[in-house]
Amino acid sequence: MANKFFKKKVHSKQDDQLFRELCRNIGSERVKRDGASQLLYSRDGSAFPGGIPGIVCFPETTQHVVDCIKAANRHDRSFVPRGAGTGLAGGAVPCDAPLVISTTKMNSILEVNYEKQFAWVEPGVVNLDLTKSLSEFGFHFAPDPSSQQSCTIGGNVANNSGGPHCLAYGVTNAHVLAVEVVLPDGTLVQLGDIDGHMSGYDLRGVFVGGEGTLGIATRIAVKLTPNPPTICTLLLDFMDVADAAKTVSAIIAAGIVPAAMEMMDKRIVKVVEEFVKVGYPTDAAAVLIIEIDGLSDGVRLETEQIKKISLDCGARSVRVASSDIEREKIWKGRKSAFGAVAQVQPGYYLHDTVIPRTKLVEVLEEVYEIANRYELIVMNVFHAGDGNLHPLLLFDPQEPGVMDRVLLAGEEIVQVSLDAGGVLSGEHGIGLEKKRFMENFFSKEDLAAQKLVKDAFDPDGRANPFKVLPSGASCSEVNHLSQLPDGAWV
Amino acid sequence: MNDLKKFKEDVGKEGFVAVVGGKTHWEVGGALNEDIRLVFAPTGIDAFDPSEMTVSVKAGTKLKDLDQELARHGQEVCLEGFLETTVGGALMVGRDGIRRNRIGSVRETLLQAEYVNAQGELIKAGGPTVKNVTGYDLCRLLVGSLGTLGLIGRVILRTRPRPEKSVWLQGELRPEEVRRMCFQPSSLLWDGEATFVQLEGYGIDVDLEVSQLKSVGFEERGNECPIKVPRFRHKFSNRSCLDGGVADIHSSILYTNTEASIPQYPEEVLCLGAKVRDTFDPTGRLNPGRDPYKAGP
Repeated sequence: MANKFFKKKVHSKQDDQLFRELCRNIGSERVKRDGASQLLYSRDGSAFPGGIPGIVCFPETTQHVVDCIKAANRHDRSFVPRGAGTGLAGGAVPCDAPLVISTTKMNSILEVNYEKQFAWVEPGVVNLDLTKSLSEFGFHFAPDPSSQQSCTIGGNVANNSGGPHCLAYGVTNAHVLAVEVVLPDGTLVQLGDIDGHMSGYDLRGVFVGGEGTLGIATRIAVKLTPNPPTICTLLLDFMDVADAAKTVSAIIAAGIVPAAMEMMDKRIVKVVEEFVKVGYPTDAAAVLIIEIDGLSDGVRLETEQIKKISLDCGARSVRVASSDIEREKIWKGRKSAFGAVAQVQPGYYLHDTVIPRTKLVEVLEEVYEIANRYELIVMNVFHAGDGNLHPLLLFDPQEPGVMDRVLLAGEEIVQVSLDAGGVLSGEHGIGLEKKRFMENFFSKEDLAAQKLVKDAFDPDGRANPFKVLPSGASCSEVNHLSQLPDGAWV
Repeated sequence: MNDLKKFKEDVGKEGFVAVVGGKTHWEVGGALNEDIRLVFAPTGIDAFDPSEMTVSVKAGTKLKDLDQELARHGQEVCLEGFLETTVGGALMVGRDGIRRNRIGSVRETLLQAEYVNAQGELIKAGGPTVKNVTGYDLCRLLVGSLGTLGLIGRVILRTRPRPEKSVWLQGELRPEEVRRMCFQPSSLLWDGEATFVQLEGYGIDVDLEVSQLKSVGFEERGNECPIKVPRFRHKFSNRSCLDGGVADIHSSILYTNTEASIPQYPEEVLCLGAKVRDTFDPTGRLNPGRDPYKAGP
């Protein structure tokens, strides 16, 4: 698809000088500015049309990253860090021709210490590759976002990524012990330490989730999580969504924190079952996938407790996976959900908000009502255990005017979540997508306080500009999501 | 006038100011300058919903009062301290206890904070839900800041289920071996001769691991820590030099009776930390004299 924004030519004389300097400093094979590269790196996994990338760099060492950032500073150019580009909030979309610094070639696992349970990795290591490399030694990296087959640890750090199993284990911030960072002025600094016990300000903690606006991580010390000795996966089906939601709250209130607790509504269950045939009950109003882990007796005890709670709350049946194959089958359905919806409509817009668990029923009802009102199909597949909603709005991008309805419906879903006592994002981040909603959640003074973080790390505003915080300035070429060209990829 | 509004007015917009909590960690990070106005944070538990696993509590509330309320519903928070330690004090010092492996880090427990900034404004940081990536996570910066970035009045904390059973054991096996034998023991201490391990969870799980440890010579020592953990914390890096102290194997902290030396931080870290403090409190009016980089591990 041609991108109308690419009509804007960005190669200036200064650009030529920067290009030559980068080629000299990090090697010409690691610097690109051809049309294909620029098109490829103009967008990420979000619905945003491409921005305008400047030169695209592929550093292979920390020193290369330092060189890139220093060169950008010398030429008064901003920069955008980029992992695998799977982000869904536009965090890696380049605004105003910045240097794009892709860390995908920094993809080595540098050191693994099973005794002390940590590993130093480069930011371009793919999430699932790390876990696979640890598995034979009985460990894994706990954050498991849906994109884990392709997303990178550096991207996980930038977005403070989650995933189904973060209910019990916590999101990325809980699994990062230290980060080596190139700050926006080119200074190299290590934030945190492998013992996770430094005093002083928790600069590591605020850097994680900074969406690439505070610098670039070049080495990351991650915590290794021991694989649990016993895992049990349950599939519960309900004839009423309210009963499924009630079950979620009742399980938590009983003092059980499952490793994962995922909900799928009737529409997505039907679509997924047709797609992968994993044995989901297609007549159910909702299914819950619950996974518990730990020592075997405790797992057996919790399984019985969950069975009783769910049946008391109105579950029609509880299926306990009796083998690894069955367990994988249950998860295969959940993990295929986003691919399966293509059977229904060619496009979808995936939302991400968090609400209090106890408000699940009323918010879901409002989400259905909003979608009906805008004549859109909505499907829900989400992390019910921590109240992290992911309504999928389905549509045909070729339908004239449909994007306006998708965006208006999305805005209402966000507001309904906030009105229920929720927050804007649970794992996708703010990026470009949600910064216009920040004022709906935070006061002017609250946002000014957040801006202080940016000011301390990046006083000149060079790192990933126009993201996260609303400001007077805007990313002119991609600011108007509602003006998406027809046929836009989403 | 509500408690938070009064707290905000007490802090005011100018003049050196600090919050007094239980004074159980008053010496941490250096002495306050003289001629400082001392204020008190409001107290009381505002809301606790066990099915959300969150509690909203004012910063002046004593940990023991919060713990008592949470215990009635079988839950707890990962703040540890002394009898008089307040919620705000434990957060501002930000030190994890020896049960970190089970109940998590203090830095992960603060979900939302309402604090008064250097300009005297009431600011909300973070959000009320257990999962949240909405903007910069100021809560991370506040924990361990010794009140130098803002003075917290009310917080929302993540709670966790209390274990059904908790038991300490003592034996001669090296702590690394114990770590391999047990699935995530809550605490693992070593005094250079004996290993002390705390197992928590469902009774049936704990009993199983107790019997495994007994088979290699461990003995049950009740549900209170059987060894006195000294007060001063050091980084534990040299295993041949315990210096009469007790090492926390999970966190690599050595507890001794001698005052800790201040760790050396790289210049770049101190520089960035100073920038953070200067941007949050340009006139240096919040807890002057205190320095989080002099707080020790």
